Amino acid sequence: MATDALVLDGLDSFYGDSHVLHDVSFSVGAGRVLGLLGRNGAGKSTCIGSIIGFVRSRARDMRLFGEPIAGLSPEALSYKGIGLVPQGRRIFPTLTVRENLTVAARTSAQGQGDGRPGWTLRHVYEAFPRLKEREKQFAGSLSGGEQQMLAICRALMTNPRLLLLDEPSEGLAPQIIQEVARVLVDLKRSGLAIVLVEQNTALATDIADDVVILNSGRVAHSGPVSTIRSNEQLLEKLLGIY
Amino acid sequence: MHFYVMQGLNGLALGALLFILSAGFSLIFGLMRVANLSHGAYFMLGAYVGLTCIDRGYGFWAGVLAGGATVALLGGLVERLILRRLAGRPLQQVLVTLGIAFIIADACIWLWTGDPRPVPVPSGFEGVFRFQGFVFPKYRLFVVAVACALGLALWLLMERTRLGAMIRAGVDDMDMARAMGIRTSVLFTVVFCLGAALAGAGGVLAGPILSVYPGLDSDMLPLALVVVILGGVGSLGGAFLGSFIIGFIYSYGQALLPDLAYVILFLPMVLVLTLRPRGLMGRRTV
Repeated sequence: MATDALVLDGLDSFYGDSHVLHDVSFSVGAGRVLGLLGRNGAGKSTCIGSIIGFVRSRARDMRLFGEPIAGLSPEALSYKGIGLVPQGRRIFPTLTVRENLTVAARTSAQGQGDGRPGWTLRHVYEAFPRLKEREKQFAGSLSGGEQQMLAICRALMTNPRLLLLDEPSEGLAPQIIQEVARVLVDLKRSGLAIVLVEQNTALATDIADDVVILNSGRVAHSGPVSTIRSNEQLLEKLLGIY
Repeated sequence: MHFYVMQGLNGLALGALLFILSAGFSLIFGLMRVANLSHGAYFMLGAYVGLTCIDRGYGFWAGVLAGGATVALLGGLVERLILRRLAGRPLQQVLVTLGIAFIIADACIWLWTGDPRPVPVPSGFEGVFRFQGFVFPKYRLFVVAVACALGLALWLLMERTRLGAMIRAGVDDMDMARAMGIRTSVLFTVVFCLGAALAGAGGVLAGPILSVYPGLDSDMLPLALVVVILGGVGSLGGAFLGSFIIGFIYSYGQALLPDLAYVILFLPMVLVLTLRPRGLMGRRTV
């Protein structure tokens, strides 16, 4: 089996004195999409924050394509190939659309050596003409959907090997969510490994290959997405839906 | 009439010096959230270093460069060796930078004695420029032009280069900038050295107008603080506007109501803080 894109083993995370994640372990296969689900406060965003180095955490092991990454700084992780689309988008509001993309750009435009083309400003503008139309606007003046696209493209500009997406559908209108979903499906087809945090379970299960459900900071369920699709009891118990 | 025009010019010249001093202070404060209370001392140290250079016969412009470079080096060392260990601890930063200011001030007395030292006007800028019966010292006009050119250059750096965009991204959202691979720790050093260099070079440029004396540091630091609070932390335009406002208020205040000069100075700051706490042109911070 090919090396997993991401392996988390025994992750514990902390906010100040409170212990938020307990012994969380999962892995993301190369080119696969992992849906990270759970109720509000289950620890999904903390988990993302721990992977990218925002949240104080410790793990028995954390690997990106076989390489140990525990304890690295966010900028080092970015250079190792982790792209982040954070909760609330967090685009740089006082930078223009173009600047949001160029500050994240890598000096070399080649891909990751696995044959996929690298993302450049030109590629982003071809794939997202709306961002080109608005390139001189301040990013803070974009609509929510445009900001979400910008946040995704900003992460792509770093030419990631693993993309962390935290609630990309949050606060968006249904037709915009469909648009975001199409983009995610395209990225998945391109072979990018993705961790997708979503409250919108329908969206997540449509796109994900595998799921991990967190409950009170612990892994409550993990497996291929088929294991939860028809399991209403599980969804009811862990996600509070149906 | 003559009095007002002359005080106006003094205000312009002081405003120009304040901008050279506080542009760096504001950038450092905006990006690193460090209120660098050594900034006045950097200004004074730069002036003394420049003066020594001039005394040794290297000329005024070499003095400006030497003052800027010396203080940039010192600033870089302070940032790398001390300030980065205190990230996110404002009280410690304030105490350390204030302590460094005292050390610099005492070292200056030790090295350059306590006597006020005049700095000669560079050749080519002596004398006055006459217009409509008014006399304008050439050097003051030159300093105003320098401040405007510096303002434009900094604006281009911040708004038109990738480095500037990275700095602004760091001001907007530090963690997110790091997660996009922006090496904020390198940016910190660059910005700190740049701010220190401007303070040091500004001290030399101010020499022919203010001269150099013990206490120059503590005379300038409060003015820079008022400028930055008035204009808005981290805003270049705010520092520019604030500098000239304070330059005028201070000049007219000292001339018209010398007993109340400080009241007149701090009153607008109190008003702005009350009505517009982010300053006249303050950025929204995330």
